[in-house]
Amino acid sequence: MSLAAAAAATATVAHAATTAAGATVAHTATTAAGATTTAADTHGFLSPTGVEIAFLLVGLVTLGAAIVSVTTRQLVHAALWLVVALGGLAVEYLLLTAEFIAWVQVLIYVGSVVVLLLFGLMLTRAPIGRSPDADSGNRWVALTVAVASAAALVWVVVDAFRTTWIDLDGAAAGSTEVTGKALFQNWVLPFEALSVLLLAALVGAIVLSRKAKANPPAVVTSAANEPADNETPASGTAASGPAASGTADPEKEGAR
Amino acid sequence: MNDALDVALRLLVVFVVFLTFPLIIGQTEHKVMAHMQGRLGPMYAGGFHGWAQLVADGVKFAQKEDVVPAGADRRIFQLAPAVALLPYLLVLLAIPIGPGEGAVGEVIDAGVFFVLAVMGVGVLGSLMAGWASANKFSLLGGLRTAAQLLAYELPMLLAAASVAMAAGTVSLPGIVDAFEWWWLPWQIVGAIVFFVAGLAELQRPPFDMPVADSEIIFGAYTEYTGLRFALFLLAEYAGIVVLCGLTTVLFLGGWHGPWGADGLGWVWTLLKTAILAFVVIWLRVTYPRLREDQLQKLSWTLLVPLALAQIALTGVVKVVNS
Repeated sequence: MSLAAAAAATATVAHAATTAAGATVAHTATTAAGATTTAADTHGFLSPTGVEIAFLLVGLVTLGAAIVSVTTRQLVHAALWLVVALGGLAVEYLLLTAEFIAWVQVLIYVGSVVVLLLFGLMLTRAPIGRSPDADSGNRWVALTVAVASAAALVWVVVDAFRTTWIDLDGAAAGSTEVTGKALFQNWVLPFEALSVLLLAALVGAIVLSRKAKANPPAVVTSAANEPADNETPASGTAASGPAASGTADPEKEGAR
Repeated sequence: MNDALDVALRLLVVFVVFLTFPLIIGQTEHKVMAHMQGRLGPMYAGGFHGWAQLVADGVKFAQKEDVVPAGADRRIFQLAPAVALLPYLLVLLAIPIGPGEGAVGEVIDAGVFFVLAVMGVGVLGSLMAGWASANKFSLLGGLRTAAQLLAYELPMLLAAASVAMAAGTVSLPGIVDAFEWWWLPWQIVGAIVFFVAGLAELQRPPFDMPVADSEIIFGAYTEYTGLRFALFLLAEYAGIVVLCGLTTVLFLGGWHGPWGADGLGWVWTLLKTAILAFVVIWLRVTYPRLREDQLQKLSWTLLVPLALAQIALTGVVKVVNS
């Protein structure tokens, strides 16, 4: 009655990779689905448990949504399919008993990042129907990079957690208490380093929007930074994490 | 079998609450607003003081034609009301109204995170509606909705974090269990910030800039008719139930009362929720609509600092106390 931790670890990778937009999500989702099959293989292929089947099915849905979100020509649809993909990841966390991470995933990615994406799209251009220019000239390069990074992540994580298993019947391994203790006992330093990184991004965003404020159409220019972010589901390069904190600030600026 | 029955019963009760409470609040709003404005409100439907007015409204909505504008994105346009409404149903599952396992739909370990996360999803419905309507007023409404959510999500989270710090848990029943009467003055700033930010997230007056009828007709919902329009309205009232219930549970001590009878805890919860719902209606009648810039300013320059100060206060008291 236990799932291979390889699957859990892939989910963690997926979490890390959701900070990179669309394309990467697609490929981590592939890995999530792939890893489940291997888990079922090594742990009795003919008698998969209900949780394993559910995990696989949700993984397939996530993968499908992620692929559609990078291939669709309709910009807003891409953002909405991203909601499905991110929500699917949250369900995968839940199935692996990581409840806290699952809700944080919904809160941050579905509730804030996608809303920011949609806000940026609506503010700049969000035509109903297909946008013929929603394509990237270097799609093959993007595909190569995405496949390579996905392969590297899968390889590293599967290799690292090959023999670790999650006991689904015991106490939840990812409850708030356990996560909090692990985060603030073993992982304090990376946690603090990350917050410094975010702070730097925040300060940078403020500096950028201040400069733009010298010109009269300040708010418009700072908002126009958005499309670069929005096209990432199509081309799949930039990270949306810092961009999210960056776009929150033009808001602040606009308020003054 | 017994387990399945138990789950089915809980789901049924939550569903019935979900269907009836918003209607009760809607009817109360009709009457309270009317009396505050020196009118009578609906008097005919149902005979006694127009109690069946909302039922009549529902029948009227159901009879109307379901129009989808020609230029609209059909599927997203039709999906939007469901996305707006369903999150509130899910949140209701997690709100405890009495002590013990019996008085909550489902005990969730990270309850505070769950309710705030899922409530944020509801706003996606308005965004989808605003974009898919192919109408400039709708698009403006959607934009304002998004801007408002981005501004008010932060103070709401910070205020909830403060009370979670005070209780030392993020589970909703756990927070109410840990409640003491002196938390009321201690967390009052957080409570006000949470309530105001919640009102703004629901786009209730005076924070109803996204649906400002004098400027953009009805914002994201301009193109909706019939049942789908009714679903959006229902989502607003379900949101009031959820917000008042959450404020009660997080800040007002839920089932604790001054002379608390053990079996009657749920009465206290419902009473506090009802009083808060009355305040929501009262605010609607009392205050004029905030302008978009005032709205943003209120959040970033007042609510966020207040919430941060509350967190600092909570931390200090917590450390001194322990």
